[in-house]
Amino acid sequence: MQQVEIGAAERQRVTARLADVLPVGALLTEPRALKPYESDGLTAIREVPWLVALPESESQVRAVLAICREHGVPVVPRGAGTGLSGGARPRADGVLLGLARMNRILEIDLDNCVARVEPGVRNLAISQAAGEHGLYYAPDPSSQIACSIGGNVAENAGGVHCLKYGLTVHNVVGLRVLTIEGETLELGGKGLDAPGYDLLALMTGSEGMLGVVTEVTVRLLPVPPEKRVVLAAFGEVAAAAAAVGAIIAEGLIPAGLEMMDRLAIQAAEAFVQAGYPRGAAAILLCELDGVGAEVDAALAQVRRILIGQGAFSIRVAVDAAEQAKLWLGRKAAFPAVGRLAPDYYCMDGTIPRARLAEVLAHITALEAEFGLAVANVFHAGDGNLHPLILYDANRPGELERAEAMGARILAQCVAVGGTVTGEHGVGLEKLDSMCGQFSPAELDQMHRVKHAFDPAGLLNPGKAVPTLVRCAELGGMHVHGGVLPFANLPRF
Amino acid sequence: MPPDADIADYLQDAVAGAAARGGALCISGSGSKAFLAAGHATGPQAAGGQLLSTTEHTGIIDYRPEELVLTARAGTSLAHIEATLGAAGQRLPFEPPRFRGGGTLGGAVACGLSGPGRPWFGALRDAVLGVELINGLGERLRFGGQVMKNVAGYDLARLQAGAFGTLGLLLSVSLKVLPRPQSERTLVFELDPATAVARCRAWARQPYPLTGACHADGVLRVRLAGAPAAVDEAAAALGGDGAAAPGYWDALRDHALDWFRSGGCLWRLSVPPAADPAGMDCLINWAGAERWWSAPSGDDATARMLTRVAQAGGHARRFDATYGIQQPTGPAATYVRRLKAAFDPARVLNPHLSPADAY
Repeated sequence: MQQVEIGAAERQRVTARLADVLPVGALLTEPRALKPYESDGLTAIREVPWLVALPESESQVRAVLAICREHGVPVVPRGAGTGLSGGARPRADGVLLGLARMNRILEIDLDNCVARVEPGVRNLAISQAAGEHGLYYAPDPSSQIACSIGGNVAENAGGVHCLKYGLTVHNVVGLRVLTIEGETLELGGKGLDAPGYDLLALMTGSEGMLGVVTEVTVRLLPVPPEKRVVLAAFGEVAAAAAAVGAIIAEGLIPAGLEMMDRLAIQAAEAFVQAGYPRGAAAILLCELDGVGAEVDAALAQVRRILIGQGAFSIRVAVDAAEQAKLWLGRKAAFPAVGRLAPDYYCMDGTIPRARLAEVLAHITALEAEFGLAVANVFHAGDGNLHPLILYDANRPGELERAEAMGARILAQCVAVGGTVTGEHGVGLEKLDSMCGQFSPAELDQMHRVKHAFDPAGLLNPGKAVPTLVRCAELGGMHVHGGVLPFANLPRF
Repeated sequence: MPPDADIADYLQDAVAGAAARGGALCISGSGSKAFLAAGHATGPQAAGGQLLSTTEHTGIIDYRPEELVLTARAGTSLAHIEATLGAAGQRLPFEPPRFRGGGTLGGAVACGLSGPGRPWFGALRDAVLGVELINGLGERLRFGGQVMKNVAGYDLARLQAGAFGTLGLLLSVSLKVLPRPQSERTLVFELDPATAVARCRAWARQPYPLTGACHADGVLRVRLAGAPAAVDEAAAALGGDGAAAPGYWDALRDHALDWFRSGGCLWRLSVPPAADPAGMDCLINWAGAERWWSAPSGDDATARMLTRVAQAGGHARRFDATYGIQQPTGPAATYVRRLKAAFDPARVLNPHLSPADAY
């Protein structure tokens, strides 16, 4: 969407009307106050918004949307601003609609095992509130201490436990959504389904482009009484990848199954001393949870598989403290890698697990081609790969080189039957890569869905789905449809 | 094993041809759920289109057990898919019904029905990873993929689940599959409905390996599944009054229990699981969340039940020829109509099951 030119008089009118419907201090207009909102977690893409509105209730959200609709002002919704794809990057001609102040837990319903919360409630706060009843909210993106549930819904956020417990879409049972046209949609509820088209699933992961979430009902699960954490080290990445396939082929669904490569291991060790074997080409971190008898049986099975697949070192954490230590290296992997270079660029492709060794070899070749190092952190259980490209933004051209390399990695993920984003979203960052994953007709279908909810194109315009013009200008990147490599691969 | 056949080009020509001449198509699979999809019997939305069957578009395109993903053409029978999965020790997590033994993958996704394990293993829509479809413009489109985590673009794959083929003719579907549990046991409790629901809700807060909980005619049956030791431990903790007949869960799943032969008008109620069951006279499935009711004829019991379900925050749907056309009411109805128009502006695909025109 083109930037909208707004005259000074119109600007004053809109500002005054917004100030009227918001509490004191909930409309930010001064440059210094606006500045912190110029980006989300993807700080390379920035734009200071015209205004920031921080409503405290659904009726205030409705009023803000109505004013923006009447004046044709673009609205960019934002949760906690921890997103990694620029999905909440504001516009200089628009209102940033921050929902962080709507942060009340409305209800913990123990009989129905659900929590009803406002969108600004932090992900971890739900589990903390449910914890005294032995319940928790399963999806745990790594930003869970800060990220909001509304943002989780917008991005269909994942985490390290998705293979067993699913993504946000599998754990949300109800939403209240305001459309830009002023309608209130009540999707789902405390039951498990509702008649007709699954608007609840459609809204989840729609990156704030179809509606603004004002209330979320999530299902709560009993906290697993026991867990075991195993660390296995391998001399070759391919062996570690094979071990992942073997664990799943034997019928085990671990709660978490993570892989790190040599550079990521070394960075983590240097940073937090988790006790990872430094000589390893790859490590696997496997968490099993459930009741005691179940996890012990699974643990024995996993050990046998790991030995069979050639692990040269296997360590089972003896207590909760050691479990936390083993996880610490993984959870600190991103900041640890951040110490190796001034900047890193985090990718988020997903691939069929069987293609892992091949994709990692491709990334190694790209490292040589682009002259940039990559550390790989991998949600191995569900095939979600996070290559971290190391670069220095102060060196001319290096950011551009990192971005070009990232686009090549994502194109390779698509070529082997995967996707350009597993859990971070498209936002602004991966618009070009979307041209490689989807045909013009597919993108056009998505635009028509957007139009069905937002005919004027005012809600988070320009994100998630590239225009056909943009893709045409890139030219020739569309990978599937029998045009480029692996044309005979069944892939969607 | 049935032969594999790819008739996607033929199906695409059929849709494009119908769109070009302003015609309409009634899409069918094996017909096992046709009793839910007669749709509008009269008026401009009545069936009258040309029948287009997907049953010859068959075959498992890709299945690697260690990836937990299966991709098959829409006309592939559920029986073939389940046999293939079974041979590798896996299964469809959402346990779709196989009415009279039939059913295709496309039909299962279009109808969106899930079986007894739904609260624990997820619904059919939860297992949908990707689809290839033909929209009403005759375009072949792919959404989602063959991987577990995928947030590229709107989730137009899951949207097809339960859409009764009104947004696209499904060509193929990729599903997440799961290992078959190592062991399974059914416990039986003689309880009244209110106590049964209360028990189920209390158990839901405990980490028991439950995978089914259904109450009917004064008996609550509970399915435990998982590692043998975990099943033993839970069975000892929960107790019970005896053993269930073998095949109970399959019969429940396929509506082959005697309970479903009572003859009244059958309703499916989706409610908050703890909703008070007193006096509802339902078969209570999904630990309370799904209830089946056979409406007595000749009095205002139905109106009373609908009020009750609405007050509980649930939804009631007649499980008959109108099931496929039921859509949300209120403001959502506008967007439902526009979504239909976004996929199929000329109303080529199953117009008899489609929401009314947009705008």
